[in-house]
Amino acid sequence: LSAAISARDLAALQPGDRLPGFTTPPITGLTLALFAGGTGDHNPIHVDPAFARANGFADVFAHGMLSMAYLGRLLTGWVGPRRLRSFQVRFAAITPIGAEVTCSGEVLALIDDGGERRARVALTAALPDGTVTLSGDAVVVLG
Amino acid sequence: MLDRSLIGATSGKRFLDIERSQLKLFCQAIGEADPVFWDQAAARAAGHPDCPVPPTFGASLNYLAPAAEDLVTGTLGAPLGRLLHGEQSFAYHHPLYAGDRVCLLSRIADIYDKKGGALEFVVIETTIHNQRDLLCIASRAVAVLRH
Repeated sequence: LSAAISARDLAALQPGDRLPGFTTPPITGLTLALFAGGTGDHNPIHVDPAFARANGFADVFAHGMLSMAYLGRLLTGWVGPRRLRSFQVRFAAITPIGAEVTCSGEVLALIDDGGERRARVALTAALPDGTVTLSGDAVVVLG
Repeated sequence: MLDRSLIGATSGKRFLDIERSQLKLFCQAIGEADPVFWDQAAARAAGHPDCPVPPTFGASLNYLAPAAEDLVTGTLGAPLGRLLHGEQSFAYHHPLYAGDRVCLLSRIADIYDKKGGALEFVVIETTIHNQRDLLCIASRAVAVLRH
């Protein structure tokens, strides 16, 4: 069920190692409607084109938290749901409707925190033209 | 300009039961295909007591258990259409599972501005405790108000 990395492979991690990234299908209006229902975030700027236009945007755009959730998938797909200690992002650019989001990550450093071995990883979400929409990092427990 | 004297204002405690059906809808929305996140049997087979919540679900709990008055759009009166999400962080202290009853408490931690006041920033810190009063997630969100 879980595609999580083995304990042996975790123990062998090195800075610079790439996380298993992926690119999502194009974000549609349906994606954003489902996300509004799945999260309870009903902000009309993401689902109501008239509201978005009235506030200076050409169209609705994706919730930033949708791309952060994609990066969360990357993390739990890699190490499973129990190893995360922290996860933070900065939202750098808007993700337009129709965009495919490319999620990637890389091991930045290995840390020993009071006997707990951890890795700090860098995370990025980007548009097909290379624009970085989210950048952040996370700390995962190795053992 | 937002009223700086409201730094420190809180939402009051809000309670919510974490439901598997909501987790399933969340996973459908984000393309999460691993059933451990919504199927109890799959979660138990993988060694979890119940379905673990996905890493960013803590932000959803905030929306699913709204304060009587939203701190940013209500207490501070920021217009929704001029807000953007600037930053988000989560610290994970204890796992949260489907079936847990959570208590959320949010607080206006800071307000500051940049670009001569053209952009204002509101920092909202939220703690999420479970039914055993263990701190599970500490969340920090930065909202950006465009003037």
